[in-house]
Amino acid sequence: MILVVDLCRKAESLSKYEFVDPIARIVSRAGSEFEVVHFTEMTEDEILRADRIVLCGTALKDDLYLRRIDLFSWIGDLDKPVLGICAGMQVIAALFGGEVVPQPKIGLEAIDIVEETTLLGTPRRIEGYHLHNFGVTLPQGFDLVAGRPGEVEAIKHADRPVYGIIFHPEVRNRWIVERFDALPLNEIR
Amino acid sequence: MLLGVLFSGGKDSVYACRRAMETDSVACLITMVSANPDSYMFHTPNIAWAGLIAEAVGVPQLNWPTAGEEEAELSDLSDAIAAAVAEYGVEGIVTGAIESVYQAARVQRICRELDLWCYNPLWQIDQLEYLRLLVSEGFEVIITGVFAYPLDESFVGARIDGPRIEKLEDLRDRYAINPSGEGGEIETFVLDGPIFKKRIQILKATKTYDNYRGRMAIEEARLVDK
Repeated sequence: MILVVDLCRKAESLSKYEFVDPIARIVSRAGSEFEVVHFTEMTEDEILRADRIVLCGTALKDDLYLRRIDLFSWIGDLDKPVLGICAGMQVIAALFGGEVVPQPKIGLEAIDIVEETTLLGTPRRIEGYHLHNFGVTLPQGFDLVAGRPGEVEAIKHADRPVYGIIFHPEVRNRWIVERFDALPLNEIR
Repeated sequence: MLLGVLFSGGKDSVYACRRAMETDSVACLITMVSANPDSYMFHTPNIAWAGLIAEAVGVPQLNWPTAGEEEAELSDLSDAIAAAVAEYGVEGIVTGAIESVYQAARVQRICRELDLWCYNPLWQIDQLEYLRLLVSEGFEVIITGVFAYPLDESFVGARIDGPRIEKLEDLRDRYAINPSGEGGEIETFVLDGPIFKKRIQILKATKTYDNYRGRMAIEEARLVDK
């Protein structure tokens, strides 16, 4: 089961249609079992039952998730694949000691994949949709997968299957979520 | 949260309005009245009748004129949104964008500049699923414009119902059209729906069609009890 985590400022908000449902739809189309849960309502049982977890993005003006980082402490010791998208990547960076810094970006822009991973593939240039007020610095123990220092686009934990991407794969890069969903657990590392 | 919906009277803005009403409070409908029939940003056919839908739904409408020139119309949109903030106290803007990064990114930037929330509740929705949702929820939507091959004359003025959706699905499979018209293939007008207190009856309209471009111009319409 894939756990799709809603990071919007409240459960069942208008933003859920925009940031959570498109991710759930990609997973659903792939035929995978999934559950959607708001980050303030997660239970230990849901985390235990999940095979992989996606932390979704949220609205540009929303920053509640950053003020409730304590609610994500479960990621710290988790040995399951986690994909943080936009706000989700900021959460991952903050949890692992990176900094969340003002770095607004809106629209389609080129993204340079600089390190090969099973999730994003070989180094090359792709185009991705950005919608964020904050970027991150590279947390200790993470590799820069796309972008450059000062403009981090994607990161991966060096030893664990924990990924973060700042752009929105639900727009024109659905293959990233599909691959996260489909990769065998032993290959996603 | 008090919201303003960018509103053309087409199915996307009407359905976005419905979703906004379910979670928040819609304070006004913002209609950009473009002088340019080929506007990059704003739906134009039958825009003058969007006010009748606003009346049917029972939400105040803010009409804002724009010359409809590329990029300059964004400054007009920004002014319109600022006026909605001043007049109705809106804290966020809702759009009916589905796939258009061009439209969505521009509205996002305006909202950021004005320190407003921005919502796109139809974003990335499956277009056929969405058309079926409109029908199952009781929206009466008619096609008021077609602008692409191979949409023939039968589409102009047609109601979006099960058989029409099947035709659009077939054309999507064969010709890669966007079945809900997100690529500008079709324009629509909504006559009734669950958020309508009264429904719209068209009394007179003129249809034109030539070389896969057709329009149904509403000339007379009124509200009737449901």
